[in-house]
Amino acid sequence: MPELQFREAIRAAMVEEMERDEDIFLMGEEVAEYNGAYKVSQGMLDQFGSERVIDTPISELGFAGLGIGAAMNGLRPIIEFMTWNFSFVAFDQVVNNAPNIRYMSGGQFKIPIVFRGPNGAAGQLAATHNNSVESLYSNFPGLKVVCPSNPDDAKGLLKTSIRDDDPVLFLESELMYGMKGEVSDADDYTLPIGTARIAREGDDVTIVAHSKSYWRAMEAAEELAKEGYDAEVIDPRTIKPLDIETIVQSVQKTNRCVVVDESNPFASFASEIAFQIQDQAFDWLDAPLVRVTAPDTPAPYAGNLMDEYMPSAKEVIQAAKRVMYVD
Amino acid sequence: MANETKEKQKKDASKDEAAAKAASNGAVDHAPWTTQSIDIPDTSSETYEFQTYPVGAFTHDDLDLSDDEVVEMYRSMMLQRRFEERCRQMYQRQKISGFLHLYIGQEAVSTGSVSAIRLGEDTVITAYRDHGIGLAMGMDPGECMAELFGKADGCSRGKGGSMHFFDAEKRMFGGHGIVGAQIPVGVGIAFAHKYKGEENVCLTYFGDGAINQGAFHEAANLAQLYELPVVLVCENNQYGMGTSVERASAEPDLYKRASSYRMPGAIASGMDVFSVHKAIKDATEMARTGQPSLLEVRTYRYQGHSISDPAKYRAEGELDDRQSEDAIVRLQRYIVEQGIASDEDLEAIDEEVKQDVLDAIDFAENSPEPAPETIYEDIYVQDDYPFIA
Repeated sequence: MPELQFREAIRAAMVEEMERDEDIFLMGEEVAEYNGAYKVSQGMLDQFGSERVIDTPISELGFAGLGIGAAMNGLRPIIEFMTWNFSFVAFDQVVNNAPNIRYMSGGQFKIPIVFRGPNGAAGQLAATHNNSVESLYSNFPGLKVVCPSNPDDAKGLLKTSIRDDDPVLFLESELMYGMKGEVSDADDYTLPIGTARIAREGDDVTIVAHSKSYWRAMEAAEELAKEGYDAEVIDPRTIKPLDIETIVQSVQKTNRCVVVDESNPFASFASEIAFQIQDQAFDWLDAPLVRVTAPDTPAPYAGNLMDEYMPSAKEVIQAAKRVMYVD
Repeated sequence: MANETKEKQKKDASKDEAAAKAASNGAVDHAPWTTQSIDIPDTSSETYEFQTYPVGAFTHDDLDLSDDEVVEMYRSMMLQRRFEERCRQMYQRQKISGFLHLYIGQEAVSTGSVSAIRLGEDTVITAYRDHGIGLAMGMDPGECMAELFGKADGCSRGKGGSMHFFDAEKRMFGGHGIVGAQIPVGVGIAFAHKYKGEENVCLTYFGDGAINQGAFHEAANLAQLYELPVVLVCENNQYGMGTSVERASAEPDLYKRASSYRMPGAIASGMDVFSVHKAIKDATEMARTGQPSLLEVRTYRYQGHSISDPAKYRAEGELDDRQSEDAIVRLQRYIVEQGIASDEDLEAIDEEVKQDVLDAIDFAENSPEPAPETIYEDIYVQDDYPFIA
């Protein structure tokens, strides 16, 4: 299997789908002539031309709405947000038009659109450029939210997202764009939305983590193994719809659970998982579930404060030990 | 962003270094300070021209409309008027709930527009005062009334209500409830027309209130930038809820905003169905060649913003003055004066549409309520979506 960067896997997914279906186009800030703010769309203008790879002015509300209209009228837009932080000026379109038009029209229209771009903390950029949007957007019925942690999942899930007839928010990560990983070279490789991946099997504690947090969880699992504790790590991959079944089955085996999520804690994805586990596996739990999240603060600028802000492997280890009642 | 800013600063710095080096070598013959690459003219002024479509400027012959077509315009406008009069009554009888924004007084805008487009191919999207254009496009009055009654046979299966009439087959892309939010969507519908190589146009309606939303500005800019087949129709009924245009817009001549986007702007009387027809015809012809435009149609709503609004913000006598210029009465007189049809003929049409509306009420009354499980339908195309129980 070839080794690709995360950004190359995303590009490969878009290129393959655009070669397959002429109704797909890519639109966003700097996606064409600049070759992508983060070089995700590098070379795509040359391959597909300016009719299908389209630069926009800095006008997120405008081009997010344009994408929705184009989708209503038969196209399959991929709308890139330079980062999800900038989607907030298009909030009305993303949360009030994309998911509701189908419902309010009694099912007469579908909105096969992908909004994609990097999500979550991206270094010392301060509060407005470090938002994690998965908890926020997954609150809205009518949207699907996908958040892969590695290049292989990114490619398979993005291809499926583009083919999906419902609006999909595809959350990437600036800090992971350069990360390399083996990517399936199977012909027309797709992965289903709404299926979690058991990344590491273990019997002592279940750790649920997505995107960057997944890698903190894996580091923690390796350290815990050295101390004789066998953690099971589950990457949900899709925030909504959530594959709670896989998580619950794991908790029924380990009886303990830690959720790692770099979002702020209040009303977060981690909270939702905690609720669903107590709802479906209360009798199997030997300890209250523990969350490892960002603190209930905006993201800071200073390096040491940012280290404090982000969930770390060390915190995951501590949380795992807490639910296992060790130390 | 921050990373890029850094990169750019680095680039700029190295450029400056190179320039300084070149200068110290004497390689650059420094241009005299009198010429500048950033050239600001001493004065700047520009003149804009806007097309106007005043009341009474066009006869049906000017517009190549047949007698039958003119009579159909009358029928269309009367249907809207009678439908909405009954809506008001049905609201008072608590058959209709939620918000109810009536279009009475503005019927020349919807009918004048729809008569000028390729109905069934061209697309239309509008705001929440959407009954008029829906009916003018040929949506079934029974299904529309059933929607208002919250019934299963409603045009949106009881999921949308008054503000959200949709008819995919008629190419009616919706009534939309959030002020201005439908404008970028309309531009996107037009984008798809162009992308697919169709010759169709999207009429994108919004009110005088919506023109102050950022969504309008962004959509207008994109429309011209991408040369999209869209007509941005600002239906100026003088009030955004209770706030008059003068109190809301620094430039109350709304059509003049077109010049900010380098697109044609025009203004038409919304009290004359022929003026609207001609304005939309001209604008759609331009749009089909890739030239979007902004058309302000000045009209007047006789009712309050919604059914619960007594409209006390109007000046004394204002409503009476406006009603004396009623577009339906105007067309009625025109038809009779021109000998197209008699008063009796028109009265018969009125009776027919009144009956159509009564039939629509019957249909709505007899339609069942939506089945409880349909609350989970029409959300995702995926039919086995695992909703949280």
